Amino acid sequence: MEGLNDPFSLILQSDLMKKNWWKIVSVALLVYTFLAGFLGTVPRLPLLQETIRNLYFHVCMWFAMMILFTVSVVNAVKYLRTLNPKYDVYTRQYAVTGILFGLLGYATGAIWAAFTWADPNKPFVNSFSTIARDPKLIGAAIALLVYFAYLILRDSITDLDKRARISAVYNIFAYAILFPAIWILPRILPSLHPGNDGNPALDVKNDISSDMRIVFYPAILGWTLLGVWITTLKIRLQLIQEKKLNA
Amino acid sequence: MKLFKFLFAISSLLITTNAWAQPSKTPMAELMRSDGRIYVVIAVLLTILAGLIFYLIRLDKRISRLEKEN
Repeated sequence: MEGLNDPFSLILQSDLMKKNWWKIVSVALLVYTFLAGFLGTVPRLPLLQETIRNLYFHVCMWFAMMILFTVSVVNAVKYLRTLNPKYDVYTRQYAVTGILFGLLGYATGAIWAAFTWADPNKPFVNSFSTIARDPKLIGAAIALLVYFAYLILRDSITDLDKRARISAVYNIFAYAILFPAIWILPRILPSLHPGNDGNPALDVKNDISSDMRIVFYPAILGWTLLGVWITTLKIRLQLIQEKKLNA
Repeated sequence: MKLFKFLFAISSLLITTNAWAQPSKTPMAELMRSDGRIYVVIAVLLTILAGLIFYLIRLDKRISRLEKEN
């Protein structure tokens, strides 16, 4: 019992820490990402040069998106099994945050591609048609558009039960097109985008250097936890609103 | 005389270039001016991150208060 008296264990056992420790982990990992991401050593590669540091940001957006969409589909299945409206709210909000991260991934990828794939001797517009035709980009666009359609579908149905049930089923279909669109389709067609053979970003032996891996994996976790944090806030807000409407 | 004038001109030039080089040797804020000033980028990004996190924490607290009221 004497351990309870020192301030450190008091902080550890407080209500704040018990519920919110993962938020602190997220912030710590993100600060680490920004520090080690810019100061750490990276391999010197032609064309990429220092832009390889975008791996800690651009790629993490897509990883966070995939994890958030996975959580979304799990909640959709949970809703269909239990018909508890709580899971419908979870499904929608995780999908929204996933879309947000996907858009950020797209925007950052556009900037990165403009300075590595485009021919610097020509205006960017000339290279644009080649870049825009890249299967990985088209696949990602399809996946995001399918999720946009999910939001439109769900929010256009006024009947609450119908809305929840139809959108949950649609969410499962959207998830089923997500992975073929961003992982299988770009592998069949020739693509400029790296990471089309083997286990991209997860191949420990010959994909990315160990210097980068010790930043990259914590970065994925940090960004994903930030996404979950934002989503829990949105979920809590919507539950409060619905409670007020029903009262 | 011409040679002297020339030498004077050159040496004065050297002195001024030396004077230009002086500020970079001052120890003031050396960290923020080293390595291509990458630390400045880190400072900017950490500020943005801190701002966003601060915003999220405030939202979190406000929603917690709403949850208690309901």
